[in-house]
Amino acid sequence: MIETVDKIFSILGESLPALIHGLELTIFLTFTSLLIGVLIGIIVAFMKISHVRILNRIADVYLTVVRGLPLIVLIVILYFGITNIVTLSRFWAGVFALAFHNGAYIGEIFRGTIQSIDRGQMEASRSLGMTYFLAMRRIILPQAFKRAIPPLGNQFIIGLKDSSLVFVIGLNELWGTGQSIAARTLMQLETYLIVGLFYLMLVLFFSWLVERIERKMDVEGKREVIRL
Amino acid sequence: MIKIKRLNKFFGELHVLRNIDLQIDESEVVVIIGASGSGKSTLLRCINFLEYSQEGEVIINDEVIDPTQTDLNRIRQEVGMVFQHFNLFPHKNVIENIIEAPVYVKGLSKNEAMDIGRALLNKVGLSDKENAYPSQLSGGQKQRVAIARALAMQPVAMLFDEPTSALDPELVGEVLQVMKELAKEGMTMAVVTHEMGFAREMADRVIVMDNGMIIEEGSPKQIFENPKEERTREFLSKVLK
Ligand SMILES: Nc1ncnc2c1ncn2[C@@H]1O[C@H](COP(=O)(O)OP(=O)(O)O)[C@@H](O)[C@H]1O
Ligand SMILES: [Mg+2]
Repeated sequence: MIETVDKIFSILGESLPALIHGLELTIFLTFTSLLIGVLIGIIVAFMKISHVRILNRIADVYLTVVRGLPLIVLIVILYFGITNIVTLSRFWAGVFALAFHNGAYIGEIFRGTIQSIDRGQMEASRSLGMTYFLAMRRIILPQAFKRAIPPLGNQFIIGLKDSSLVFVIGLNELWGTGQSIAARTLMQLETYLIVGLFYLMLVLFFSWLVERIERKMDVEGKREVIRL
Repeated sequence: MIKIKRLNKFFGELHVLRNIDLQIDESEVVVIIGASGSGKSTLLRCINFLEYSQEGEVIINDEVIDPTQTDLNRIRQEVGMVFQHFNLFPHKNVIENIIEAPVYVKGLSKNEAMDIGRALLNKVGLSDKENAYPSQLSGGQKQRVAIARALAMQPVAMLFDEPTSALDPELVGEVLQVMKELAKEGMTMAVVTHEMGFAREMADRVIVMDNGMIIEEGSPKQIFENPKEERTREFLSKVLK
């Protein structure tokens, strides 16, 4: 026990800058890929909702591929696939792979919350003379996005943890950094404990942030509950 | 003002409206009654094209509306609609609900729209609720806001689909009161309702629907006191109980 604590401090003393660097890369990777994932998600949600058969089909194929492949397999396929066509840094290859993956799940979240908005909202909007797109933009989507915040926060946490898998294409984010430290120092358990602790802190911070945003936006329904 | 000619509407195999002929003149109040499922809502929704019929014509202000040709958004601006479940926008407060369409559809400035909105709120007796959110209102207040919201587009006619059916009994009166004032001002109205008191007092004409057809129409006196059709009698004996 004491030995373990000693080892942890010695790893931290020696490799803290590398770990921090890995942490930064993880945050940056997660943030960028989720941002792009949200954009993909919005597009996919609309493809699924639209009445254009071909768009439905394309979205279905995409969702099936993402759901059907282990993320690690998807990452290497996309990495070698993309870098075959265009030269792309490992970082951006990693970002796109993660965004491709998360976009599917985020798309399903948006589709679900958009469809959860009462039909009467669209009907009332149209009865006032709004076009479909105006009604979407002003009435449906603002409500749907609010409702999407809790599941989206959840998906963001999953995305953060999943970002560790891009080590397979040689990115030294938090997990990758931990691996090389463990290999060098041969203090596997201690190194991975530190890495685990870092991830945990990130996740806790993120959960706290999501909760705050939720409260700020006064996610619909809460007001109702108070009134009841 | 509104003319419907030989309208037929199907939902798949289901024949929901059968050969409907109906004319609503300017400033006329037409009350539509009939059993649940007889097609009353669908008929109203065909007038502002929330539903498309398969056969027949809808003519508004002498204009034959062809859903594939006409700009339906323009027609819908002219025909306001009030729903059973209010359908207020929950993420917007009362005045925002009302000015949304005038600003974003008609292109009024926010100030102009606010003036119209405040005058309407005053009219429906809710000036003090301008900044309240729908979730903070009673059902009766919600429905009055919904009426103000529809009126803000300055429609030439209003459709009401069971506007008081979702309300607690003690809140029905305040909504009917607003509708009566509107009728007295000369608004053209088509009202689906089970409030026979309102029909008796306000209707110029009562239409009885059954199984997708208009089976009888006439003055309230005629329909309530001397119905010709057996099915009208049956229906009335049920709702007047
Ligand atoms: N969107 C729809 N799809 C299929 N059937 C519908 C739809 N809307 C209404 N109907 C059917 O059409 C008939 C008439 O409905 P509706 O106009 O709502 O009647 P009412 O308002 O008189 O109760 C009913 O049998 C109803 O089940
Ligand atoms: Mg109905």
